[in-house]
Amino acid sequence: MESRGIDFGYGFLSQESSFDVQFSLIEYDGSHSYFRAYLVGLLNTILVSVIGIILATILGVLVGVARLSPNYLINKFAAFYVEFFRNIPLLLQIFFWYFAALRALPLPQDAEPMFGISFLTIKGLFVPAFIWQNFNIFFYSILAAIIAIVVIRVHAKKLQETQGKQTPVLLISIGLILILPLLSFLIGGVRLSFEVPVLKQLATTSFIYEGGVSLPPELIALALSLSLYTATFIAECVRAGIQGVGKGQKEAAASIGLTPNQVLKLVVMPQALRIIIPPTTNQYLNLTKNSSLAAAIAYPDLVLVFAGTALMQTGKAIEIVSITMFTYLSLSISISLLMNWYNKKIAITEK
Amino acid sequence: MFKYLKQLTSLVAMVAVLFTFTTESMAAKKSKTLKNTQKKGFVRCGVSQGLPGFSNADAAGNWTGVDVDVCRAVAAAVLGDANKVKFTPLSAKERFTALTSGEIDILSRNTTWTLSRDADIGLTFVGVNFYDGQGFMVRKSSGITSVDQFKNGISACTNIGTTTELNMRDFFNSRGISYEPVAFEKADEVVAAYDAGRCDTYTTDKSGLAAQRTKMQNPDEHIVLPETISKEPLGPVVRQGDSVWEDIVRWSLNTMIEAEEYGITSANADSMKTSDNPQIKRLVGAEGEMGAAFGLDNEWNLRIIKQVGNYGESYKRNIADTGILPDRGPNELWTKGGILYVPPSR
Repeated sequence: MESRGIDFGYGFLSQESSFDVQFSLIEYDGSHSYFRAYLVGLLNTILVSVIGIILATILGVLVGVARLSPNYLINKFAAFYVEFFRNIPLLLQIFFWYFAALRALPLPQDAEPMFGISFLTIKGLFVPAFIWQNFNIFFYSILAAIIAIVVIRVHAKKLQETQGKQTPVLLISIGLILILPLLSFLIGGVRLSFEVPVLKQLATTSFIYEGGVSLPPELIALALSLSLYTATFIAECVRAGIQGVGKGQKEAAASIGLTPNQVLKLVVMPQALRIIIPPTTNQYLNLTKNSSLAAAIAYPDLVLVFAGTALMQTGKAIEIVSITMFTYLSLSISISLLMNWYNKKIAITEK
Repeated sequence: MFKYLKQLTSLVAMVAVLFTFTTESMAAKKSKTLKNTQKKGFVRCGVSQGLPGFSNADAAGNWTGVDVDVCRAVAAAVLGDANKVKFTPLSAKERFTALTSGEIDILSRNTTWTLSRDADIGLTFVGVNFYDGQGFMVRKSSGITSVDQFKNGISACTNIGTTTELNMRDFFNSRGISYEPVAFEKADEVVAAYDAGRCDTYTTDKSGLAAQRTKMQNPDEHIVLPETISKEPLGPVVRQGDSVWEDIVRWSLNTMIEAEEYGITSANADSMKTSDNPQIKRLVGAEGEMGAAFGLDNEWNLRIIKQVGNYGESYKRNIADTGILPDRGPNELWTKGGILYVPPSR
């Protein structure tokens, strides 16, 4: 390195970064340090990964179940979806959603309001901001509801084990999570108002929405393409998991008088999950790593902000690439550990 | 007799070995990069991924542009053939790493000369082959005719990893305007996003704006605002630590500019050998020992002018005739009202 005239060191991290970032979860501008820019990129990577993982899981489970549906239309549609999206390179899908699909969106001044308050435009999705009064009371009411649900579940299980009595836990849970926060509004003094985005003219033909919360189209396109792509793999994991449970198990469960719902909940799913979780973990890891393709469409993730702009401005290639690699490694290992813990929890316990 | 002949041959062989050894070690002492380049038989040159007028490849893979011509000039000087160049297209982000890691030997990629780049990261700027400045492009229909009309909330598309990002912040901050920077890795994507209406303005070097405007769906719908918000002297860069190679690149560029000053073109270069002006004769290798210090022969500069042409020819061919920037502006010779002024070859 010396012969190439490269000096090595991490001192640059505390220097002023002097570049701005489009979208940040924490307060940041060019007067902050490179380390802060690193955090901005890291949080943006985590944000899109979490959104992607949640959406991919929901969609993946739905499609996976749909592929087993006896309904010809649903079944074939799910199969088509899986084969189509998993066989096109992800980068192309990202470009498609960003440049083709989003380009079809209207300019801010032409956007039709959704529910009267939100606007989906080429410059992003503008939604109202929530303005809370006494938010802490609302928060505690939800916390109280969750604690109550846990207590009731434990109690219901005990009742069932000792007296064989069934309790409609799900209904009670839904009721609690709705009623307690509602009470906080009625008697707790919680108020929620909305700050609706307002159209503002910048020039004759250029407009923007002000106020409210804006989600950049880059984030939407990236989260959408990552989850659509990964959902296909998760769907296959789910299908494999459900089909992996022996037919005899279901028949045996039905023969002792369990309802179809109970068969699914008590017999099929616990066994299926054991098959589903390990390969799904892989997909979560893939999604997180694939989020680094964000750089192609200007979503300011870790690679774009830190291994892109910051690397360029400082020239500290070895330091920055090593930090970035280590960060992705840590992210992946954290997801792995979490999923392994969950896997262990649902694994069959031999007695 | 036969015995002597044998001795003579071995003597000749020895001298030959000694001679090659000395010339090679002298070249090696002078410049490792030069030696490697001559051994490989081509100049390794880093260029942009496609910026018309500066470095752009046609459908057949032939590179043209004023940045490309700098590398061709060096190839003509050190290898005798302007076509012996291997071009490596690089993104703004990759370019310096490619140079410092030794993947390329010259970076000629519309790169702004700044203090921190020159001093910090193992690079040396050898000169300026295009004086530029950052500007803004907007849609004509927006009615904006000056940067004074920019308002809070404006979104600006640009490239990452460029001085543009920093200038843009300085500009908007100093005016107290809040803005949304949308930074892409590749220029083509910046153009596509701006063209689609994602951003209100597109900002980069003015030459770049002029060149990219030609790529828009409908170039006439866009205008480049008159203001220039920064100085962007663009020029070739080499690695630090090889001063002979640095000099070769610097003087290859200087030769092109000076040749224009003295009216030497690719067409008349040979006939200039018999000129009365000693300065002209030095520029075509007919007087003095202008190549020895680089470890080159005496006609290195003649080859540059003959094979690549002078700066004016290169500008005309790549930038003026393609309609990108017909007016040379500051990139005119100092004798004609521009600021192109290079030290003399003597």
